[in-house]
Amino acid sequence: MTTQQTPTATTPTWTPPPVRRDEFDAPGDTAEPMGSRAVGLRVAGVDKTYATRRGDVHALSNIDLEVGRGEFVSLVGRSGCGKTTLLRVLSGLLAPTAGTVEAGERPAWVAGRRDDTVFAEFGLVFQEANLFPWFTVLDNVALPLKLRGVSKAQRRTRAAELCATVGLSGFEDSYPRELSGGMRQRAAIARALACDPSVLLMDEPFGALDAMTRDRMNLELQHIHAVSGTTVVFVTHSISEAVFLADRVVLLTPRPGRIRSVTPIDLPRPRSVEVEATAEFGELVVGLRRQLDEED
Amino acid sequence: MTTSLDRDTDTRTDGDPAPRAVDADATPAEGESPWMRRLPWVSGPLMLLALVGVWQFAVSVVGVSEFILPAPAAVVGALGDLFADPEIGSHIGITLLEVLAGFGIALVVGIAVGATLGRIAWLQRAVQPALVALQVVPKVAFVPIFVIWFGFGPTSKIIMAALLAFFPIMLNVMLGVRSVDRGHRDVMRGLGASKWATFRDMELPTTLPYVFAGAEVAIVFSVIGAIVGEYLGGSQGLGYLVVSSLNALDAPRLFAVIVLLAVLGSLLYVAVTTTKKLVIPWHDSVRTGV
Repeated sequence: MTTQQTPTATTPTWTPPPVRRDEFDAPGDTAEPMGSRAVGLRVAGVDKTYATRRGDVHALSNIDLEVGRGEFVSLVGRSGCGKTTLLRVLSGLLAPTAGTVEAGERPAWVAGRRDDTVFAEFGLVFQEANLFPWFTVLDNVALPLKLRGVSKAQRRTRAAELCATVGLSGFEDSYPRELSGGMRQRAAIARALACDPSVLLMDEPFGALDAMTRDRMNLELQHIHAVSGTTVVFVTHSISEAVFLADRVVLLTPRPGRIRSVTPIDLPRPRSVEVEATAEFGELVVGLRRQLDEED
Repeated sequence: MTTSLDRDTDTRTDGDPAPRAVDADATPAEGESPWMRRLPWVSGPLMLLALVGVWQFAVSVVGVSEFILPAPAAVVGALGDLFADPEIGSHIGITLLEVLAGFGIALVVGIAVGATLGRIAWLQRAVQPALVALQVVPKVAFVPIFVIWFGFGPTSKIIMAALLAFFPIMLNVMLGVRSVDRGHRDVMRGLGASKWATFRDMELPTTLPYVFAGAEVAIVFSVIGAIVGEYLGGSQGLGYLVVSSLNALDAPRLFAVIVLLAVLGSLLYVAVTTTKKLVIPWHDSVRTGV
């Protein structure tokens, strides 16, 4: 992935064959000129404290993290370690109590207010597919384009391409209720990719799927990442999933959530399911597992 | 061996559009057989036939007095006489006007009030006592007051119909506005959607099924409101015909008007459910025929 990181002001970081990015970029899209440095996402000193009825909960403490452009970072940790909170702060759904989030050098939060133009660069995938039941698959995928004012004909073409990318061809006119869990999550990923996000934020996107589907979705996500070159932050509670997908695994420990370790994963890409049987993969998983267990 | 098993599971997972165990929000109504779907169309006429049969039996075999229960044939004859009367059209028209006007007012006001109260929590809390009080009062008791205020014309009936139809719509819309899925909200916020886009693409489609759930009850209530209003005052409409038939001790005509009212009510209800099917074909209640 790191070999791709030579973007210039005019050339997008990637040009996948079926996805003609240049045609669909909204006019107000000004992130590209900022892309001279290879930082996709920078988190500095982020702190989050919730006020609850039983008092304040310190969810995140002093999180510093830099994600390179096109890099795939997995966040792992036990339930309640703040990984979802961190992702929600990155997604702009939660304001940090302190600290900054920057995407391509631009601060995402200015004086507690989110800068929508920065967050418009992000694609979000949640644990639930969160598709709108009143829209067909095609209209769901095209929703981000609709909100940006892309013409109907253009967004239908683009959405159909995205459906093909995630393997949903033939289901464009189905309603979400007619899809299996895996297919819904594919549609959600296609929707997240619709506006060519520079950063893809995924919160346990395959957590509700069965193991078989999950393995397959991981392979496809790896492919999508390779083709699109998007920066990905991927939250999961499965260590092997984290290792399989990531360039770096960030381990969070709870109460308050802080970064315990950052483990580079140098396994060659593309990775197949067989990589999970190698000694190297096993060592990485066991090492991370041990770090998690040390908390107790 | 394992690979072929994997592939097998894979195709079933992703090739088959049927909802799987992981899909908590999918409903298994797809498996309904055609026989089950046609059943109401068979059972309905059969039950009607049975009703008429028992009715005829009670009249001709048991010998119930004609003043208490006229024979089905007599009622059909009275229906014929009703339609022979040139004034029947205006009676039906007046009742229909009252029902539709009342329903329309209730729809507009109910959606407006319901949406406002659903969005503004403190206001809803503040008016809660008044709402509960109004809801528990038997509203048909207001008819005489409306007659005093608005006279014996259609206005008092329209207001009665609107008042009865208002509550189911308002309460459903209030609930609907609050029922927006948190995950859906996250999607729209994450996309930086404008207030208008959020309303158009998320809040409105979320609320529409609730509007229709309210409207289905409300149209029935509107008919009740209009008829009760006509019972108590005025010289027009099907409710008036009921009362005048009673005063004339014309049992066959009384039954005939009630049959007419039943047909009118059913047609209006079907109109609402048909509209629902056209507007929200994606909704579960449309698919399962509830």
